[in-house]
Formats: sequence, C-alpha cells, structure tokens
Amino acid sequence: MEEEMHTDAKIRAESGTGSSPRGSGCSLRHFACEQNLLSRPDGSASFLQGDTSVLAGVYGPAEVKVSKEIFNKATLEVILRPKIGLPGVAEKSRERLIRNTCEAVVLGTLHPRTSITVVLQVVSDAGSLLACCLNAACMALVDAGVPMRALFCGITCALDSDGTLVLDPTSKQEKEARAVLTFALDSVERKLLMSSTKGLYSDTELQQCLAAAQAASQHVFRFYRESLQRRYSKS
Amino acid sequence: MAAGFKTVEPLEYYRRFLKENCRPDGRELGEFRTTTVNIGSISTADGSALVKLGNTTVICGVKAEFAAPPTDAPDKGYVVPNVDLPPLCSSRFRSGPPGEEAQVASQFIADVIENSQIIQKEDLCISPGKLVWVLYCDLICLDYDGNILDACTFALLAALKNVQLPEVIINEETALAEVNLKKKSYLNIRTHPVATSFAVFDDTLLIVDPTGEEEHLATGTLTIVMDEEGKLCCLHKPGGSGLTGAKLQDCMSRAVTRHKEVKKLMDEVIKSMKPK
Repeated sequence: MEEEMHTDAKIRAESGTGSSPRGSGCSLRHFACEQNLLSRPDGSASFLQGDTSVLAGVYGPAEVKVSKEIFNKATLEVILRPKIGLPGVAEKSRERLIRNTCEAVVLGTLHPRTSITVVLQVVSDAGSLLACCLNAACMALVDAGVPMRALFCGITCALDSDGTLVLDPTSKQEKEARAVLTFALDSVERKLLMSSTKGLYSDTELQQCLAAAQAASQHVFRFYRESLQRRYSKS
Repeated sequence: MAAGFKTVEPLEYYRRFLKENCRPDGRELGEFRTTTVNIGSISTADGSALVKLGNTTVICGVKAEFAAPPTDAPDKGYVVPNVDLPPLCSSRFRSGPPGEEAQVASQFIADVIENSQIIQKEDLCISPGKLVWVLYCDLICLDYDGNILDACTFALLAALKNVQLPEVIINEETALAEVNLKKKSYLNIRTHPVATSFAVFDDTLLIVDPTGEEEHLATGTLTIVMDEEGKLCCLHKPGGSGLTGAKLQDCMSRAVTRHKEVKKLMDEVIKSMKPK
C-alpha cells in the first residue's frame, strides 16, 4: 500500500565528521527523519538528532472556533508536550517561539478562517531540543502539504567557558556551556527567523555563532531536499 | 478624514508615516518614549518600583520570605518572578488563569534573572541546608500600550535595587531564626540588565519601543537584553520576519545607547532616595 512505501523512505544522512566522538568545530550529529508515520493527522514527521527525538503531527487547514478565527489568515496553533509531567510555563514560551516561526513562513492568507494545528511530542531529550522541535515541525508541515514560502530549520550552538563553539550540543555539553543559543533560519536567504538564548555572551560571539549556524543550516536543508526527493521518486 | 483612513487601512496609514521616517506620535524611528521611574512607593513590600514607558505602566513588588533550600543546592536561595496582565490593563486580557502573553513574559523575566546573574543566589543563603531567602517578584501591568518586556525588566531591576533584607541570626539553643528588623541591608546587585525592544515592519524597517498599535501591525519583534559590559543576556526573537546579521548589529548599537540612558536614570533616582 502507499503507506508502506512512504514509511520505507526513511533517510539517514551523515553530516560532518562521523557520528561519535565529535571533533570540536562545526559538525552536526547524525540525523534522521521519517514522514507520514501517523494515520490520523494530515501530516506527521519524526525527527531524530543524535539521541534527541521529537514526533510532530499537523492538522490543517481545518475548521476553527469563531472566537479564534482571523478573517484574512489561517490561525496557527502549536502544542508542545514534554516527555514527562504536565506542560508548564517553559513549554508555553517554546510554543510561542515555534508558532511565531511557523507563522512567518506559512502562507496563511491562502486559507483564511481556518486553523492549522501543530502538535509536538518530545520522545527523548538529549540536547538541542528546541532545534529538533523546529525541524520536526517543518517536516510535518511539508508532509501535510501546507503552503509555505520557505522551509526553516533549527540550529543550536553552545559556547563553553573558553569561547569554543560547539554545534548541536548534547545535554552534557549544554549543561557545561557558558551560553546556549538556538536559531531558526529560513531556507531562501538564511535570514534569522527566531532566536532564543541562555547565558551571557558578547556581540562578536553572537555573530560567530550566527555565521556557523548559517553554514550548518545548508546541511540540514540539503538533508530535507534529499529526504523529500527519495520519498516522492518512489511514487 | 485621517481617523477614517486609520480605521479602514491601519497598515497603509502607518506606512505613510514610516515613509517620512517618523511615527504617528511624533517620535523618530529610534526614539524611546518618556521613561519615568518611582522607587519605594509600596511600603508593605520589601522593595518596589513603578515604571512608566509612555503609557505602558508596570509596577513591581518584591517580598522576601523564608524557605528551605533545594537538596541539590543547599546554599542557594530562590528568586521567583511572576508577570500578571490583568483585564485592567487592556481589553484583550480576560480574568482567570494567566494567558499565554503573561506566561511568556514570566518565562522571559525568569530567563533574564538566570542568565544575567543579577543576584548571586548564594547571597540569599542564611543557613546552608536549613534556611534561605526566597524573593517573590510580582510584576503587575497597570496599562498595556506595547513594549511590556522592557518595562518589566526595568521595574524588576529598580525594585531589586530597592529591596532591604533584615538581618537574620539562627539562635543555636532554640534553633529558631531571629529577625532583626532594625538592621537592614541592601541586596548585592551584580549586573544591570536593560532590555531594548524593536518591532520589524514589512521585513525591512526596524523601529524601537513599539506602542500597542505598532506591535499589532508589526511583522516581527526582537528584544535584546544587555548588561553594562556590552554582554548579551538574552536575544529574544520569537519568530516573525527574518533579519540579516547587519540589521542585528544596528540593533546592538541602539541597545548599548539605551543601556546608558536607563542606567543614568536609575542612578539619579537611587541617589535621590538614599538620604531616606
């Protein structure tokens, strides 16, 4: 059946210098993506970055409650469920970040008075969680066929006490780092869509991290492209 | 006639002003609204501050209480911020549990406190493993006219500078804490984080200190929190239109100037308070 062909299109892409141990510098962990694995949502994707895994489902464009409808755009909603416990204020803050990023790329004006809901479930957290959520959300939106003006990806950088940059840090590296910066970049011009940072850092370090993230985003976008090419070339 | 145009096409109306490099309230694109701060107005709180940024009004009250420290950090106290956006400040908020805007603002303030290390949590320790101070910082918005994050950060900083904690001695015989209300000392504020917010229009134009209407029409927002050494505590950009590295640099320089203005204002107010 068609469903099985889609689940066969599981792509594993190796970027940078091997999976582990990682050299210092700009290499991302091993990542993988699987699309159309859930039957109920209009689109779904599971994104793996190293050991961090997030499952995303997209429902939309669907009917919207009158209180929430916007007359000329689609209403975007993001729900983020942590692995354990009830969602708290930190999840709300992340939902707002992801929602605003999606709103900037989704062509909401093509579907006025509808709702597009993105549901994210954290399956395992081993560092760079927000970036993984963004990537999963993007892949799920593509799988659902929601019109977008660009793709986006999430990249996390960690700065340790002597100023070395590590991309896509693990939880241990994040804890020991002086600053952790997460960026969302768009695929067309590599502009900065979203940024969320933790810790103290200087202006020049920010520019360095941004440049490194822009370079790394190329790998992620190439991975998206290959993954989608493989999936659609079979059908 | 202008009022009619504003109601029907608010974005076009606004663009006309932006073309002339100014805004409906007469400000330049890089100009902040008049900032006023009033410290120590709430006598029942241990520290308080009222900040007005144009029409946006935020009041911060800090209460200090005792608590047992967490087991994994027995010498650290707590600083617990909470931002409340009541229906009083704007018609868009309803009464009931905190809405998304309030939760996001609370999380933002908590991140600023954590990242900037404004207070060393070890300073709040009275007796390691047994008793620590917990500072409850309640920020209430009285009037919402945009740029709530800048006002909250400033109010928090001013209130924390105003907090006076009494001396506490643990009596060895009874193992009870004795509070000496006559001997009070100020908190050791290590850094002064100041927030500067920008709104992005039509993916290109950046304006500083957006009002409520401008926030509604903007395609994106950006908040930079900087301390006095030019280090960034927080670069909060919740989605919205993309920005290039060069635009970010302009924002940084504006944030640096803003920091100087705010620091000067606060030093003046603190100086005028001291003799009391």
